[in-house]
Amino acid sequence: MAAGAASGGSATTDTYKEARTWLLMPAWVTLSFLILAPVLLMLVYSFLTKEFRGGVVWEFSLSAYDQFFFDRGLFGDEPAKIEWTYITIFWRSIWQAGAATLLSFLIGFPTAYFIATQPERVRPMWVFLITIPYWVNLLIRTVSMKFLLRDQGPLNDFLISTGLIDSPLHIVNTNFAVQLGLFYSYLPFMVLPIYAAVERYNFTLSEAAADLYATKMTILRRVLLPAVKPGVIAGCILVFVPSMGSFLAPDLLGGAKNFMIGSLIEEQFKGNAGNWPFGAAASMILLTMVLIILLIFARQQAKAEKET
Amino acid sequence: MSDTSQIAIDVRDAVKRYGDFTALKRISLSIMDNEFFTLLGPSGCGKTTLLRMIAGFEDVTEGAIFLYGDEIENLPPNKRPVNTVFQNYALFPHMTILDNVGFGLEMRGASKSEARRKAGEMLELVQLSQFSARKPSQLSGGQQQRVALARALAPKPKVLLLDEPLSALDLKLRKAMQLELKHLQRETGITFIFVTHDQEEALTMSDRIAVMSAGEMQQLGTPNDIYERPHNKFVADFIGETNLLEVSVDAVHEGRATCHLGGGHELTCNAVTGIGVGSKVHMSVRPERLFTSDAPVEAESLKGKVVENVFIGTDISTIVNLDDGPQFTIRTSNSDRGNKRIFDQGAEVFVNMELGAARLLVD
Ligand SMILES: Nc1ncnc2c1ncn2[C@@H]1O[C@H](COP(=O)(O)OP(=O)(O)OP(=O)(O)O)[C@@H](O)[C@H]1O
Ligand SMILES: [Mg+2]
Repeated sequence: MAAGAASGGSATTDTYKEARTWLLMPAWVTLSFLILAPVLLMLVYSFLTKEFRGGVVWEFSLSAYDQFFFDRGLFGDEPAKIEWTYITIFWRSIWQAGAATLLSFLIGFPTAYFIATQPERVRPMWVFLITIPYWVNLLIRTVSMKFLLRDQGPLNDFLISTGLIDSPLHIVNTNFAVQLGLFYSYLPFMVLPIYAAVERYNFTLSEAAADLYATKMTILRRVLLPAVKPGVIAGCILVFVPSMGSFLAPDLLGGAKNFMIGSLIEEQFKGNAGNWPFGAAASMILLTMVLIILLIFARQQAKAEKET
Repeated sequence: MSDTSQIAIDVRDAVKRYGDFTALKRISLSIMDNEFFTLLGPSGCGKTTLLRMIAGFEDVTEGAIFLYGDEIENLPPNKRPVNTVFQNYALFPHMTILDNVGFGLEMRGASKSEARRKAGEMLELVQLSQFSARKPSQLSGGQQQRVALARALAPKPKVLLLDEPLSALDLKLRKAMQLELKHLQRETGITFIFVTHDQEEALTMSDRIAVMSAGEMQQLGTPNDIYERPHNKFVADFIGETNLLEVSVDAVHEGRATCHLGGGHELTCNAVTGIGVGSKVHMSVRPERLFTSDAPVEAESLKGKVVENVFIGTDISTIVNLDDGPQFTIRTSNSDRGNKRIFDQGAEVFVNMELGAARLLVD
């Protein structure tokens, strides 16, 4: 009797395990073919030798990484110096993506809060409105933005007509234009996770804090923000990461001087002039940097959590 | 002037409207210093609304609210020396218990260490010192309840507002917390305004009770007043169990009214001003004020037949149908079974009560 029951039990466990395997398949397929495989491909390519008309020669080489970090002169025969060109581009990318993330947060948080505090039945409409501009292709949106911001564009015309300024503001081809472009490209990725978090927020907590003599600012800082922190972090990551590798906004709005890592990588794979191993190496370095930044961030979060 | 300073909260002609729905219809009440005051009423009668108006979370549509003589209805909640214990506790989930309790102190200007020290003392008062480093989610409902209490009491508010703070607890814990709350109120000397829809809880804990219904005050008085001398049908029906019968008044004489119950039964009730001869009104008599016998015993005896005996632990509830008349429920304490007889189903009995046990009610 007991044995029968036991074997019956293990049979159900087996079918359960089998179902689990099958149900997890889509996740495994996605992980391996759409994430792991491309990354491995890039990793392999970054260690190959470049072919002159694009493509690779299947021969191991460290030259892509060497080219990224070291300057050996035009013919490669001088003693190695640090190559600052790419490191500067990298640094600028981090800085630009960080600024765009901050801008997105400063605009996105109040927006998300506003939507989450609207009557329940109009919230979906607001979310919908936020996403409407994003139905238009990113390239077209970025070009339009350039048109809006340029010296003879509507924005400057408007500002001059109001008498606020005398001569047009030069916005296009500055770092700030890139930040604006990135901010505009990825704003919904900031708004939506924060909105989801604020919507779940128990507003009685704000009342409780006000009841305990907290001012509006203190409630925001000590109660609301900590409570919706996961949403804020998700939003920041979702804006920062694609901003780092973005090339449309820097190309179109930043001009040649405000080059970012995404443009550098893009160029290596475009037409015949590119250098595939170098592009792959830059991608790997970008990936590593992003992971390191996220790790530092996560580490700090965990530490802050423990302290309070 | 010294008289008004004894009034902790004075609500004067307060009206609250949401659009064209009136949640509170001109409420006036004075809550005395150091009082355990209860707002009692069925769901939706406006208890929470009134409490939130005192706390500052809801605007007052009309009227005024005074706190120890100062007009407060236009102050934001963080400027009112009044704290709230919320129904769902509303503890800050990311802070430790100690920091939760210290929050109000810190906001009032105490240093972090000072706030923590005083919060520790508060936690001792509610016997939760050993949990001070935990997060709220790591406590049971009853423990969270006590933290919410400690947090609201820590800044020493002038008045503490409690919105159904015990409704999420099981019966046993609830009874224990009722006593604990009562003790805390006595110990701290803080005025408590307690909201509940549980009439038994209100009767046990309060110095005075305001019974509300549909945005209106029905009666304000001590638990004894409200139980023994309900003003109207709503209060008699809502508080405790009662026999509520329609009667017609035949005569009124020296504070007594002779009434008809139907079926030829006659009963003398306590008269009420405003109810004259010929009125058709309701009469209330508590089941525990009645007893059965096989012959008339008191001046007020009504003849009937036992329909059913229901055993309910401490008491036995007997239902008697008067001959051609209304039904009465009679409660006999189990410990009284020696000197008060329980009759079998179908037995012919008399339902007896003292003169004055039955009261007429306005509608
Ligand atoms: N924001 C609001 N808008 C419209 N009507 C409201 C609002 N808040 C409360 N009401 C209405 O006011 C009335 C009183 O509500 P309130 O919450 O004060 O009741 P309550 O006595 O506390 O009931 P309960 O015992 O169920 O908590 C209810 O009919 C409710 O529907
Ligand atoms: Mg309520």
